[in-house]
Amino acid sequence: MSTATTEAGAAPATSTTTMTVTVKILRYNPEVSEEQHWESYQVTAEPTDRVLDALHKVKWDLDGSLTFRRSCAHGVCGSDAMRINGKNRLACKTLLKDVNPSEPITVEPIKGLPVLKDLVVDMEPFFAAYRSVMPFLITTGNEPTRERLQSQKDRDRFDDTTKCILCAACTTSCPVYWTDGQYFGPQAIVGAHRFIFDSRDEGTDQRLEILNDQEGVWRCRTTFNCTEACPRGIEVTKAIQEVKRALIFRR
Amino acid sequence: MVQHHKYDVVIVGAGGAGMRAALESGQRTRTAVLTKLYPTRSHTGAAQGGMCAALANVEEDNWEWHTFDTVKGGDYLVDQDAAEVMAKEAIDAVLDLEKMGLPFNRTDEGKIDQRRFGGHTRNHGEAAVRRSCFAADRTGHMILQTLYQQCIKHGVEFYNEFYVLDLLTVEDKGGVSVNGVVAYELATGEIHVFNAKAVIFATGGFGKVFRTTSNAHTLTGDGMGIVWRKGLPLEDMEFFQFHPTGLAGLGVLLSEAARGEGGILRNSENERFMERYAPTIKDLAPRDMVARAMANEVREGRGSGPDKAYVYLDLTHLPKEQIDAKLPDITEFARTYLGVEPYTEMIPVFPTAHYAMGGIPTNIKGEALADNHTVIPGLYAAGEVACVSVHGANRLGTNSLLDINVFGRRAGIYAAEYAASTDFDDIVEERPEGRVVDMIEHMRDAGGSERVAAIRQELQATMDINAQVYRTEGSLKQALADIEGLKARYVNVSVQDKGKRFNTDLLEAIELGFLLDLAEVLVVSALARNESRGGHFREDYPTRDDVNFMRHTMAYRQEDGTVRLDYKPVIETRYKPMERKY
Repeated sequence: MSTATTEAGAAPATSTTTMTVTVKILRYNPEVSEEQHWESYQVTAEPTDRVLDALHKVKWDLDGSLTFRRSCAHGVCGSDAMRINGKNRLACKTLLKDVNPSEPITVEPIKGLPVLKDLVVDMEPFFAAYRSVMPFLITTGNEPTRERLQSQKDRDRFDDTTKCILCAACTTSCPVYWTDGQYFGPQAIVGAHRFIFDSRDEGTDQRLEILNDQEGVWRCRTTFNCTEACPRGIEVTKAIQEVKRALIFRR
Repeated sequence: MVQHHKYDVVIVGAGGAGMRAALESGQRTRTAVLTKLYPTRSHTGAAQGGMCAALANVEEDNWEWHTFDTVKGGDYLVDQDAAEVMAKEAIDAVLDLEKMGLPFNRTDEGKIDQRRFGGHTRNHGEAAVRRSCFAADRTGHMILQTLYQQCIKHGVEFYNEFYVLDLLTVEDKGGVSVNGVVAYELATGEIHVFNAKAVIFATGGFGKVFRTTSNAHTLTGDGMGIVWRKGLPLEDMEFFQFHPTGLAGLGVLLSEAARGEGGILRNSENERFMERYAPTIKDLAPRDMVARAMANEVREGRGSGPDKAYVYLDLTHLPKEQIDAKLPDITEFARTYLGVEPYTEMIPVFPTAHYAMGGIPTNIKGEALADNHTVIPGLYAAGEVACVSVHGANRLGTNSLLDINVFGRRAGIYAAEYAASTDFDDIVEERPEGRVVDMIEHMRDAGGSERVAAIRQELQATMDINAQVYRTEGSLKQALADIEGLKARYVNVSVQDKGKRFNTDLLEAIELGFLLDLAEVLVVSALARNESRGGHFREDYPTRDDVNFMRHTMAYRQEDGTVRLDYKPVIETRYKPMERKY
C-alpha cells in the first residue's frame, strides 16, 4: 500500500504528547457471571482523544467482548451516555484531557436502568416514559394549506428543549429516578416542555394532566443533576420548573 | 429458536427515509420497522444545514430552478424525471414537516425562513438563492425527532436493535420477487424470520469504507450489501461525495450553512481561493468543486498548519449573534474537538467522505430494479441506500434531507398499495434463516488469526489514499489490490466475544464484510469510468466525457464473487448537458 508522508487533512498539531491512560470499566456479562466487576485496561492515547476512542482501543486491540453502544461519535445521536468518573457524559463528547487522565478513568453504565451487558442498559423504560407524555404536536381544526405561522420569538420560547437527543444522561443522573421506579424522569418532562411552550400546540392541558400525576413533575427535588449532566446544554431543571409553574397557574 | 413474524410491509432502517415511509405505510397497512439502532440514533440526526424547497418565502423562486440546479449540480448524471418529482414535491414535503411540528426558523412574518446553500441558484445560475429551510444548524436532528414523534403518535411498530442480514426472495418464471427478511436480534442473539409482502430498505450509506468521514460508525452499507449478495445491481457506486468542511483530522461535519451564512474558505496566504475556482458563487459552489479546490490548494503548498495539510473556514467576520443563532452546533464542535473559538479564530477544515450518490437502483416510485428496466415486485428502497437517481454524480447540499422525505414517503405509499394488491408469498424454504445462521455461527466459532479492527483500518487507509477526491488508474488499481488482499484475510477473521447477548464484536465483523464488498464495487466502478464527473475525479481523465460516459454504472456480483459492470442510459427531459461553471 502506498503511504503518504504527510497526510492531507491531518489534525492540527497541538502540543499534545501521546500518553498511557488507564481505563477502569465496570464489566457485566450475565452469560458468564451474575456479578459486575471492575476491569482495568491500559491504552495509549492523545489528550485530545475522546473517551470513546479509548473504549474503541480497548475493544479493538485488547478485548473484543467489551460492549457499549455508539454511533455518530460527535455528540448528536445520543447512543453513548455513560458514567465517566462518576458523572453522566457522552463518551464521544468527553476528551481524555478533561477527565484527569493521569489517574484511572472509571467508566460505568448509566444508573437506574437495568444493565444488559457491560455499558449497555435497557433503554425501554426510558423511552416508555418519553412516549407517555404525548411528545408530538397536537392541533385541532383544519390544517392550513401553507405552514402555520409562528413568530421567531414564539419559536425561540421552546428552543432549548428541542435540542434533546434522548441520550438519558439527565434521567439517569436523577436521585429521585434511581430510587423511585415510577417517576417519569427529567427527559420526559423536557419532551413535554418542548410542546407545552410551542405556540402551535393545543395539547397542553392533556400533557399537563399527565405531568400532574403523583409520579410526575412534582417528584422533582431540584437537585440540578440533570442540568449538569445534559451534553446538549439544555437547562433541564429550569424547564421542569417552567412546567411546574404552568401547572400552578393553570389551577 | 427461530421466531417467525408476518407483516404486510417491513421497513429496514429507522432514519429519516425509514420513518417517513413508516408514517405512510403504517397508516395504510400492517407495518413493522426493523432497525439496527434505536430510531433516534440514525445519522439523519447529524444533518445540519437544511432542506431545500422553492417556497419563495423570502425571495422569488420556483421548483423548475430547483430541478435545474439539481441536474446541473449532479453533473448531468441525474435522472431528470426524478429530479423534477423531488423539486416539485419538496414544497409539500417541507410544509408536511412543519405541520408535524418541526420547529423551523422563522421570517419576520412568521413563515419558514430560508437561506442560501451550495449550488442552489436563481434563474439557472444567475446568483445564489435563499431556498434552504432550516432549524439552526440542526435541521436533520429536528427532522429525525419530528418523524419519531409522529411514529409514536401513530403507534408505528418498531423492532429496535434488530439487524437485518438477509433478504428472502422467490424465483419463478416471472423473475425474482421478495417475500421477507431475516434479522438477528442483538440483545439475545436470536434469529427472526419476517414474512412480508413488501420490504423497504432505508439503511443509509457506507461512509465507513473511508477513514476520514462524517459518517457514523454504524454506516456500513448493510442494505446495499444484502442486495449485492443477492446478485441484484448497485448503481453509480463510484460517485461518493466528499464534503468540503470536515473538521481537519477528525472528519466531523461542519455544515455548508456556515458558508451559506457568509463563511469564507482561506488558504495559508489568507486568500479567498474559491474566487479563482468559481468566480460567480465562490464558496457556495457545489461540494465536489469546493472539495477539489481545497485538496488542490493543499497539494500546491498553500495549505495551513504545521504540515500545510488543511485550509481554514473563516467565520470571524460574522456577528456573534448570527453565529449563535444560526450555527450553534458546528461552532461547538470546533470548540469541543479542536479547541478553536470560531468567534475569533479560523477553523481548520479538510474534505471528509460524506455521502453515497449511488446505491440500489429504483424508479420514482421507490421500486427497486433487477436490471435497467425490471421492477423487483415487493422490493423498495429510499434515502441514501437508494439511487433514484436524483443526485447524479454530485449531490447538492440539503437535497439528501429532501430525498428521504420525498422518496421515503413515496416508497411507503407504493409499498402499502402493492401489499394491498397482492397475497402473501409464503416462505417455502425449509431453513429460510439458514444463510444467516451459518454465517453467524461460522464467524462466532472461527478460530482465525485476523482481527476485524486491523482489516477495517487498512481498508479505510487505502480508500483514503487511493480512492478519495483525486483518483488515477494507478491509485484505484492499488486500492483494488489492497481490497482483494483484505478480503482474503477476512476469511480468517475471528471474534473474541463468543456469546449471544449483545455481541457487538460479531456485529462489527459482519459489518466489515459489507464494507469490503462495497469498497470493491466502488473501486471497480471507478476504474472503468475513464472521465471526471461530479464527485468522481480522475486525474488521468480530467474532463467529462459525455460521448462515452453519459450513463449510469450498473454493477452486478457474479457467481464467483467478481464484479460485472453494465450501463444504463440517463433519463433526460428538459435539460441538455452543458459545461458546468459557477
